[in-house]
Amino acid sequence: MTATDALKARRTLRLPRTAPALRRLGPLGVVAAALLAAVTLTTLLAPVLAPYDPDRPDLFNALAGASPEHLLGGDALGRDVLSRLMWGARTTLSGPLLIIFLSTTIGTTLAITAAWAGGKVDAVVSRLLDVLFAVPGIVFALVAVAVLGPGVPGVVLGLTIAYTPYVARVVRSAALRERQLPYIAAAWVQGRSAVGICVRHLLPNLRPLIIAQSVSALGFAVIDLAAISFLGLGVQPPTADWGLMVKSGLDSATRGQPLEALGAGLLIALVVAAVNVLGDRIGRQEGELR
Amino acid sequence: MTLLDVRNLGVAVPAARDWRTLVDGVDLAIGSGEAVGLVGESGSGKSMTARTLLGLTPPGARVTGDIVFDGDSVTGMSRRELRALRARRVAMVFQDPRAHINPVRSVGDFLTEALIAHLGHTPTEAQARATRLLADVGIPDGARRLRQYPHELSGGLLQRVMIAAVLAAEPELVLADEPTTALDVTTQSEVMAILDELRRERGMAMLLITHDLALAAATCDRLSVMYAGRIVETQESTALTATPRHPYTSGLMLSRPSIDTVVDRLPVIPGRPVAAYESGDGCAFEPRCAHAEAHCRDRRPAVQDLAGARVACVRAGELTLQGDTA
Repeated sequence: MTATDALKARRTLRLPRTAPALRRLGPLGVVAAALLAAVTLTTLLAPVLAPYDPDRPDLFNALAGASPEHLLGGDALGRDVLSRLMWGARTTLSGPLLIIFLSTTIGTTLAITAAWAGGKVDAVVSRLLDVLFAVPGIVFALVAVAVLGPGVPGVVLGLTIAYTPYVARVVRSAALRERQLPYIAAAWVQGRSAVGICVRHLLPNLRPLIIAQSVSALGFAVIDLAAISFLGLGVQPPTADWGLMVKSGLDSATRGQPLEALGAGLLIALVVAAVNVLGDRIGRQEGELR
Repeated sequence: MTLLDVRNLGVAVPAARDWRTLVDGVDLAIGSGEAVGLVGESGSGKSMTARTLLGLTPPGARVTGDIVFDGDSVTGMSRRELRALRARRVAMVFQDPRAHINPVRSVGDFLTEALIAHLGHTPTEAQARATRLLADVGIPDGARRLRQYPHELSGGLLQRVMIAAVLAAEPELVLADEPTTALDVTTQSEVMAILDELRRERGMAMLLITHDLALAAATCDRLSVMYAGRIVETQESTALTATPRHPYTSGLMLSRPSIDTVVDRLPVIPGRPVAAYESGDGCAFEPRCAHAEAHCRDRRPAVQDLAGARVACVRAGELTLQGDTA
């Protein structure tokens, strides 16, 4: 077999495109991604997978321990804990996802506008971001809840504002660096509009960074939302939610049924850890690309 | 007909306390379809001159003088007018194509963007047009190249892509800022030949910026030689090579190796090139000039007409300078 034959053979045997991406994530990254995929899939399929209706009380199951019928027992009202955990991922994860989506969109827009315009616009936006950065996210959420009343909308609003600088600060400095590069000047003298250059050139080049940054922020958002729900200001009962279940589960735990609080707490910790690992890996890849 | 008329162009950037002059008193005229070469050493202000023509000046720079394109003053243009000018009428080929093409977008994206944005092509039309443009610049398998990314192409190919992008808008004037400097010697002449041929076919005017005097003389109708931010000499290419009028031009030509003669050491111009802001009151070239006299230091030599040449040297009339020996 000649060298070219060997090369051809290798080319035809090339692994699928996703394989190198998984390899770059490393073993821990793959585990994290798999865990998040499993949690997402489970909660999406909860209507099929969950053994019971998560909101149906069953007094015979109240504070019951693990049993073949109820694998993780029941909560104070006798609702099936396993079913509630499966359903609960919906609010626990979709809230932070919405927060991160909104704050990333707003943050990126602000950042690129500031970096592009420079001067006074940049100064005003940067100072605004500094001020936002100085205030903890929980405080924003509490203020928003105070205005809008307890519930998911207020918390999402508050945390969206709180998370905007996370993305904006990093993206702004990267955009400042990027806009100095000659290809931007080249597009500029080709008569492209500022908006066109920002959307078609700056944004794609900043995308890996934006993704890495928003994934790591997602971990924090999960914790913040769960904490606010735990305080009773976020997700409202009787909706199944992990943060809420840690709170109600604490009560049950003192009465001999620790599985509810443990299960919800453990899941929050695992999901946050997985998101952070993933964010870190994506961030590292971004570093390698630079 | 004069397409571009630059009068007394000056560019200065803010320094710690005062202004640093980069370009000073540059006069330049390019007729439609004409090729003019702007030759000079690194730091002589030739690139800055070209970039200023399109408003690509460093932040805070002060531009003086007049740039008139086809009867309209570029310096007085609104942003919108300037955009239209850049999009359709004046295009620029940059020195380093790898730095001037967005690395994360495909060659196809790069080429079709202008066609879609400025010429109103549909994506399918633009795709076909881009493939034809690539064929024009000597890239036969255009359809495949359009799907590739800049890092998959060699520097020579990428510069052809840049030239194709310039041709796409069919501008009246091409500013070529050292288009072949970053390329391999063997690809340099190819790329230059393509650029020049396509330019002639389409009747585009060109301002070629280079430090390669021979290349400029071979390609351009007229040459201007820049030193320390000023144009020291302008002549027809053939006349300039045969009878340079400025000692600097002559020095540049003599310090070039020739394939026909054997020399142990190439003659050099003593000293180092100075930037515009470093030169004193007199002639900027005076400290390095073999023909300098005391009165050269007195004041900036004015540009004078001398047998079809425009020279900024007080002694130009009395000197007989050696031209290209080859």
